[in-house]
Amino acid sequence: MDGLLYLEDGTVFRGKGFGYQTTNVGELVFNTSMTGYQGILTDPSYKGQIINMTYPLIGNYGVSEIDYQSKKIHAFGFSVRDISFRPSNRHSEMSISEWLEFQKIPGIYNVDTRLITKAVRNEGTIKCVISTEGISKAEAVSLIDKEELRTDYMRDVGTDEVLHFQGTGQRVAVMDFGIKRNILTGLTDRGCDVYLFPYSATAEEIMAVNPDGLFLSNGPGDPEACTNGIEVTKKLFPKLPTFGICMGHQVLALAAGGKTYKLKFGHRGANHGVIDLETDRSAITSQNHSFAVAEEGLSDIGMKVTHLNLNDGTIEGIRHNSLPVFSVQYHPEGSPGPNDSNYLFDRFVEMIGNSKNA
Amino acid sequence: MPKKDNLKKVIMIGSGPIIIGQAAEFDYAGTQACKAIREEGIECILVNSNPATIMTDAGIADKVYMEPLTKEAVTAVIERERPQGILAGFGGQTGLNLAMALDDDGTLAKYGVELLGIKKSSITRAEDRDEFKTLMNEIGEPIPQSIIATTLRECKTFVEEVGYPVIIRPAYTLGGTGGGIATSEAELNTYVTSGIENSAIGQILLEESVAGWKEIEYEVMRDAKDNCITICGMENFDPVGVHTGDSIVVAPIQTLRDEEYQMLRDASLKIIRSLDIEGGCNVQFALDPDTGKYIVIEVNPRVSRSSALASKAAGYPIAKLAAKIALGYSLDELKNYVTEKTSACFEPTLDYCVVKFPKWPFDKFKTASRKLGTQMKATGEVMSISRTFESALLKAITSLEIKLDGLRVPEIIALSDEELFVKIEARDDERLFALAEALRRGAATGAREDDTNKFSIVSLNKLTKVDKWFLGKLYRIVKMERTLSENALTKEILYEAEEIGFVDKEILELSGADRSILTDIRVYNDIFPVYKMVDTCGGEFEAKTPYYYSCFDTDDESRISDDEKILVIGSGPIRIGQGIEFDYCCVQGVWAIKDLGYEAIIINNNPETVSTDFDTSDKLYFEALHIDDVMNLIKKERPLGVIIQFGGQTSLNLAEQLSARGINLLGTSFSSIDLAEDRQKFNDLLAGLGIATPPGYSVTTKEAAFSVVQKLGYPLVVRPSYVIGGRAMQVVYSDAELQEYLEEAVLVSHEQPVLIDKYIFGKEIEVDAISDGEDILIPGIMEHVERTGVHSGDSISVYPPHTISNEVADILIDYTNRITRALGVIGLVNVQYAFDGEKVYVIEVNPRASRTVPIISKVTGVPMVKLAVASMLGFKLKDSEYGIGLYKKMKLTAVKVPVFSGAKLTDVDIALGPEMKSTGEVLGIDVDYKRACYKGFLASGVHIPTSGGLYVSLRDPDKNDYSLDIIKEYIKEDFKLYTSPGTTTFLREHGVECEPISGTKAKELIADGVINAVLNVPRLANIVGEYSFEIRRYAIERNLPVLTCVDTAEAFLMALRIKKNGDVPTYKTLEEWTNLMSG
Repeated sequence: MDGLLYLEDGTVFRGKGFGYQTTNVGELVFNTSMTGYQGILTDPSYKGQIINMTYPLIGNYGVSEIDYQSKKIHAFGFSVRDISFRPSNRHSEMSISEWLEFQKIPGIYNVDTRLITKAVRNEGTIKCVISTEGISKAEAVSLIDKEELRTDYMRDVGTDEVLHFQGTGQRVAVMDFGIKRNILTGLTDRGCDVYLFPYSATAEEIMAVNPDGLFLSNGPGDPEACTNGIEVTKKLFPKLPTFGICMGHQVLALAAGGKTYKLKFGHRGANHGVIDLETDRSAITSQNHSFAVAEEGLSDIGMKVTHLNLNDGTIEGIRHNSLPVFSVQYHPEGSPGPNDSNYLFDRFVEMIGNSKNA
Repeated sequence: MPKKDNLKKVIMIGSGPIIIGQAAEFDYAGTQACKAIREEGIECILVNSNPATIMTDAGIADKVYMEPLTKEAVTAVIERERPQGILAGFGGQTGLNLAMALDDDGTLAKYGVELLGIKKSSITRAEDRDEFKTLMNEIGEPIPQSIIATTLRECKTFVEEVGYPVIIRPAYTLGGTGGGIATSEAELNTYVTSGIENSAIGQILLEESVAGWKEIEYEVMRDAKDNCITICGMENFDPVGVHTGDSIVVAPIQTLRDEEYQMLRDASLKIIRSLDIEGGCNVQFALDPDTGKYIVIEVNPRVSRSSALASKAAGYPIAKLAAKIALGYSLDELKNYVTEKTSACFEPTLDYCVVKFPKWPFDKFKTASRKLGTQMKATGEVMSISRTFESALLKAITSLEIKLDGLRVPEIIALSDEELFVKIEARDDERLFALAEALRRGAATGAREDDTNKFSIVSLNKLTKVDKWFLGKLYRIVKMERTLSENALTKEILYEAEEIGFVDKEILELSGADRSILTDIRVYNDIFPVYKMVDTCGGEFEAKTPYYYSCFDTDDESRISDDEKILVIGSGPIRIGQGIEFDYCCVQGVWAIKDLGYEAIIINNNPETVSTDFDTSDKLYFEALHIDDVMNLIKKERPLGVIIQFGGQTSLNLAEQLSARGINLLGTSFSSIDLAEDRQKFNDLLAGLGIATPPGYSVTTKEAAFSVVQKLGYPLVVRPSYVIGGRAMQVVYSDAELQEYLEEAVLVSHEQPVLIDKYIFGKEIEVDAISDGEDILIPGIMEHVERTGVHSGDSISVYPPHTISNEVADILIDYTNRITRALGVIGLVNVQYAFDGEKVYVIEVNPRASRTVPIISKVTGVPMVKLAVASMLGFKLKDSEYGIGLYKKMKLTAVKVPVFSGAKLTDVDIALGPEMKSTGEVLGIDVDYKRACYKGFLASGVHIPTSGGLYVSLRDPDKNDYSLDIIKEYIKEDFKLYTSPGTTTFLREHGVECEPISGTKAKELIADGVINAVLNVPRLANIVGEYSFEIRRYAIERNLPVLTCVDTAEAFLMALRIKKNGDVPTYKTLEEWTNLMSG
């Protein structure tokens, strides 16, 4: 199987194909994690994107039942330097190639993934075509022109109906913009009684379950397109202790009256240093985002910057000056990535407790 | 947190001489740390006895004390210098132990010196087995069932409960000295006894064995704010059971799912926090692949060999950052030195695969057991980088200089199935090649996953526990061998073979294709490697540091500048006979090239060294020193010239091939090198000059060798041509010995003839010089303590010579001048002479850097390498401030004492002979020979008794008046003599009282401490089973001085007398010693 990756700027990468024989159009991004490809591919935040891995040897430990971050692969394509067709791990059930085929996702290997990374670094995230069907460059050009990339996948990637995960602790209403399984686990492991709401849920529906706190999930796309999420959050964060992660963080900022903007090529990896300005401690974080919260005007809306990215100084966390409301841009749940910031889930649960006692 | 502002001056403790388990990595770490300290405007005082290091060079630390690493010396330095802080975490176990001792005796408190970077409590908690166990239990980190024991009885009781196998690990030792895995009571007795004896505190850890589990390591850093990061996770190809220093190691970790990776990362962070380390630390785990259960094996609370590897693998300078942290910085305040823009508080991400392969000394130590276990045996290592594991592995193999171009070892291919499995199960240094052969036999029948076939990956995994992923990669390589041999060479096949890492020679041999076909396919399809950057961030950010590796891919990132470039070929892995001194020369060479305004490029593959540090050269290529790789690089960079005389025999071995390809070799030409190495041509040249050389012949057959005996008579020196460190060289006294030797030597080097010379008994003298083609400069002459017959690398040598007359010195200068001129040497040259009391003979000429270059450079202040580079580029010595001829004699005396890793290789003899055995050296400097000699012995770490029992056993040629005189002197110092039968007769005949004892009795008396020194000159070294060998081993393992040459005994006597007189040595900086001239 031949593999092709065509970038909107006219660049063509030819390699071998694996996985499913098909053609997809999406946004090209790169991820620098050296482990956790299964978690990355099943992270709903990657919906619509074609992921280029910087680590060259992918598929070494196969695909397992326990490493899903959602029910299926959400990414539109996968680009790697070299793959293992015969993985080795006691949990492995199939190879990554078999898995992609089963999930109907095209993969390309034997391409210069470092060159692709540098293209994204220089050009920014870019529209591209991935094909394992042996299409010509001309076909790729016409396809890329036809296809409009969606920026509002958060509207339909999450749950369709309200789900209840019974717990004996704090009742948390979760707005699902495409939540990762390990975020849910982060709450349920702490005893939370979780109600998972679809994107379309209204503030009234949410308040009807008598939540003690509100959680805003991660998800794909442009946060500004998350209009319902922003509306609902605007109504609820003044009432409920609130915690947001990734898109949830951006939605919170927008709901509070702040702004977001698109980064040139975003942050995707498991190695970013983030400093907590309040404790003066730093942590290594897992990240996956194209957009960031703008600093401008945050203080006017009662928000304070709590975390910064040590590499580029972008905002990684905010907190409300008076309300029990905070959010982070990075992923404290790891999966893949470090567990260093897991304590944020504790902080959230504790905050709910404190606000109830107050 | 800003840096601790009370710090104006700090002391750094180096690691001393190179020994197995503590090698060049500490020169690399120490050099980085010294530079990091000085960058902050803090004065850095270095104490290190190892002269071959870059860190002891001018310009690295502010002041260098080249003094013994003893408590007394460091206390004296503290008293003189009054530093505010001391850094002990960069000098290996030596540094840590010394710092602990200075803290224990109150010295640090007395002078108000703060232990920086690592607290005493952290050292104790990490290194004391009992405390470590308690701590791990407290923080809930699993460790194997174990006991701390000080007696064999306790160990036996433990084994009765948990059963065999058990692992024995001594507390406070280097590279696991004295440890092992015991599967029987006999082994338990052996390992427990040697473990207790080797431990500085007589303590061992006995633990249940987790042999067969995956071995995983993390390099972790932490600052005073409690920020923690991991720099690199590494996975051992070899499961638990083989010391990580002897394992093939891969970075990053390949076979762990993210959850497993994070589980161990979390544990690493928890451990460094609980130990309260500020700086770097290494944590080793065992992970059961069947259950996912893990245990913590070991923690090193300091920079280590693994941290050097991780630094080079990830591009993250751990030692530099650890030094900054020790000074009070936090990680978030520091920059990533590679990108120069992003933060140091991040975790490097690799977009390539790294393989580390150990370099073992078994080619030199023929009697050593090649079985690998918990005691490290490797002297060095190579590292390779590529985009695939297969290619990184094959590059590592071609970097080893073991005459292999791939996985095919003819001796292993020739084994029967049964023999092959014996080999695999023996778990020796060749297991990888045996595994490859098994897979090759499997591939022939298509058995890959079939678990009923013993050659399948599944079966081999069951047998060896090597992960199936690694075996799968080996399988891919052997399958490529088949593809090459079964098909005509095509563009596709060639590209895939290159991508997997096959070198041309291997491709040609397997495919049977003509080189012209290969070249055509290559050229017309443009199948050449590209170079990619090591940038810590997988390409996410732009990087500034030019650190590259080759691979077969699309994009070439190495931008070629318009500057004139000079390429320095490095010296590869550290091995016996080719140590850190050649890296010293390469680094000095790079600096000199830069100073002269050229772009300096280095190619090397040793991760432990300064030459491969990211900021040493203008451009660093981390590559195999294989002709293919070197030529590809030359094609890419088009350097003005290539320097091959700094990288030891490694680079010299490339001379012919480079020269044949029309490459401009700077300095001495290949034809001159060849002339110096070709015995016949060289003898003709010397004869023409009227200079004597031991009469000798070059032979290619046994018959010819015996006809030489007719002409010269015994004793004779025999050796193969083109050797490193006198490999396979021997003095033979009889037909039987010659016969035995020839059978081995011809095997060692059948393409090269064997050289047979008359053995000249006399003084050995070494002259190092620089030649510009017209004039020479001799910075200094060194004289050996041991007379001819002992390898120069193993001799004690003295600067300046103290027994050589001016007339003889003049002859040496004249000879060196004329030989150099006749050979056409440009650059460095080392000439070894013998003086039998009447006549000066030339023994050997090495037209390249030598072991003594760093020593002579340091004690005379003449920058030899810099002058050599200038000479190669056309500058004239007579215009330099150092002039020509013999340089002025310094008032100091320097004595180089070799250091052996005798305690590590339990079946290797330490008896001196023509074959080199030492792994490192120290320098003792003082005002006169006696004092310098005392310091040298002190620095070498040997115990110096001032009275007691001396065991004496001499070979016949040494039963003479000279020996008698020396022995009598020992008696005067209250040594009682214990002697072997033959020596008893000799001594009694001469009226010397002595007590004859048996070998068994000798061992008993050694164990009881009655005998505390041994003078034993064997007829031939390394005859295992001979009782004198056992006595030497027994004594060396108990750290007794074992003198195997009467000359050494004389020097040792002088040293012990200084000690006995209570002369307290004075400790001065290197600069102060060299300035004695004016004082």
